[in-house]
Amino acid sequence: MSLNDLLVNLNLIMPITILTAWACVLLLVDLFIPKERKGITALLAALGLLVALALVISRAGVATSAFNGMIMIDGFATFMSVIFLFSGLAGIAVAYDYLIRSGIERGEYYVLLLFSIVGMMLMAAAADLIMVFLALELLSIPLYVLAGIAVPRPDSEEAALKYFLLGAFASGFFLYGTALVYGATGSTALTEIVSATTSGGVNLSFLVIGAGLILVGLGFKVAVVPFHMWTPDVYQGAPSSVTAFMAVGAKAAGFAALLRIFVLAFPPLAMDLTPVLWALAAFTMIIGNVIAIAQRNIKRMLAYSSIAHAGYIMMALVPYGQGNVAADTVASALFYLLAYMLTSFAAWAVVIALEHNMGEGRDTDGLSLEDYSGLGQKQPALAAAMTVAMLSFIGIPPTLGFVGKFYLLRTVIEGGFPGLALIGLLTSLVSAYYYLRVVVYMYMRDGEPVVRREPWLYFTALATAVGVVVLSIFSEPLFNWASQAVLKLI
Amino acid sequence: MIPDMILFILLAIVAVTSALGMLLSRSAVYSALNLVLNFGTVAVLYLLLGAPFIALAQITVYAGAIMVLFLFVIMLLGVEQLRKGSALPWQQTLAIISGLLLLALTAYVIFIRPMTLPQVSPTQLGFGTPGAIGEILFNKYLLPFEVTSVLLLVAMIGAIVLTGKREPKTKT
Repeated sequence: MSLNDLLVNLNLIMPITILTAWACVLLLVDLFIPKERKGITALLAALGLLVALALVISRAGVATSAFNGMIMIDGFATFMSVIFLFSGLAGIAVAYDYLIRSGIERGEYYVLLLFSIVGMMLMAAAADLIMVFLALELLSIPLYVLAGIAVPRPDSEEAALKYFLLGAFASGFFLYGTALVYGATGSTALTEIVSATTSGGVNLSFLVIGAGLILVGLGFKVAVVPFHMWTPDVYQGAPSSVTAFMAVGAKAAGFAALLRIFVLAFPPLAMDLTPVLWALAAFTMIIGNVIAIAQRNIKRMLAYSSIAHAGYIMMALVPYGQGNVAADTVASALFYLLAYMLTSFAAWAVVIALEHNMGEGRDTDGLSLEDYSGLGQKQPALAAAMTVAMLSFIGIPPTLGFVGKFYLLRTVIEGGFPGLALIGLLTSLVSAYYYLRVVVYMYMRDGEPVVRREPWLYFTALATAVGVVVLSIFSEPLFNWASQAVLKLI
Repeated sequence: MIPDMILFILLAIVAVTSALGMLLSRSAVYSALNLVLNFGTVAVLYLLLGAPFIALAQITVYAGAIMVLFLFVIMLLGVEQLRKGSALPWQQTLAIISGLLLLALTAYVIFIRPMTLPQVSPTQLGFGTPGAIGEILFNKYLLPFEVTSVLLLVAMIGAIVLTGKREPKTKT
């Protein structure tokens, strides 16, 4: 590749190029920022994200491939990149004050966050299994480190170690799957895999096993049952600001890769893979929601809730092999990821606002349900944001969660799986119990909740909650945008 | 062919002996040094098979960098001597049985059913040379190559963040 070609290709993936370079520069700049003023690093990191966001949006119409087919820039990648960049911005907003008060503020936090987002954006644009693997690692390694950034706090160390070991294990599954797919088809490029499969002469059993192992590897990342074991411990042990970012970013990136790989490369295997996906989705929805009922710790509850939501999105993936439904599969999954992102950040911002360190004259850490008693009277704004988030998680109108679930269920029924849609509906009803319990505590119990007055947390909680409600009114154009994102993919 | 054969037999003897030495030696340092010898002979075998790039990578990466790391760890931790007796008593029997099984399976495929092995296409001229690998690495796989370097940078930052010195904590 000549220098000129290289520049052309780097220009094609400009948002990613800029963000990578900016993260490297920020690493150096951070050295010259005094300890008490790390807010500057946070601000600069956010600035980089905003520039990348502007670039992504300004190039929204472009559909091309770069770096010899390693990267696909299309509506799908654009849509996902917007989600990643927004969650990066929200991730910085909820982290800033939290890090200071927990005594774990360091400039590297923001740099690692940027690198993780670079990995996620590459993941959504990757068109080759090798790129998917590298992007997976690039987004995961910063998250392993961030989960453990509160060392020597034991729970943070435990979270980092568990996440790292299971993540490495999952990467092994993914690589093994990739090797088998390569062995069967002679290529790692998604488009060549499908053309080799349809032209015949491919060892199908190898290919199916390979696809299954890839599913396992990515299933760990998005936390579907039975690959969810790490989630509650990691979500609970990691610093809350990291958990908030991880719950959205890593899940969305995992689904981006699943959608791209399955819809693009594995439609010929739908006969074998659809039952597997069906079972994964059903078990994830049931187990996630049922175990969440027993949780009294809000971080653990949200962890199980995030597992359940992985199940809902998985549900849309089930009919991925049916040509006419595949477009809806991707569109509804993208839409739901957007809804999940906003809802999740609204909930986590409130959680972080209520969390406090043990000691300091209190005997709780602000993370159990009882700590939410009386929030409705003392902090009506935060309580309202939390209520909106809980309603959206259940799927009650007028919230984005309702519209998202509607599209998901419509896709499943179109695909001819009414049983699965029924499971989705029933588990949503079950989930209402533990989500509404939080609301009950906030409004119907008396208490003295301890809340931080931190402007960025308030802003994030309120802005995302307002977004959840307002965007649900304008959901039609939003869904159309998601659908258009897909047309170019298929 | 004959000189190749003689060379191969000599190398094979050294490789197997050093591998055995690595496994059986009770001193960790001797084990590590035996491993270096093994890496070296295997590298020459790669050369004989016409894979110069893998041979060089074997020497520089495995016999060089990784072995230095091994020796460092062994010497820093000070576990040069292994305790007498093995920690898992059933391990030896199990290892012998599974080793024999693997040997039997390999022998079966090679001597009894050689036809089931897929035909290996003859390699093109220049396949696997450093030049050819560089060509493909800097053209088709340029982006993965670059992303790998970013990945290493991130891993390095992560290691420093997690193990670096911290000031005494302000509050818990």
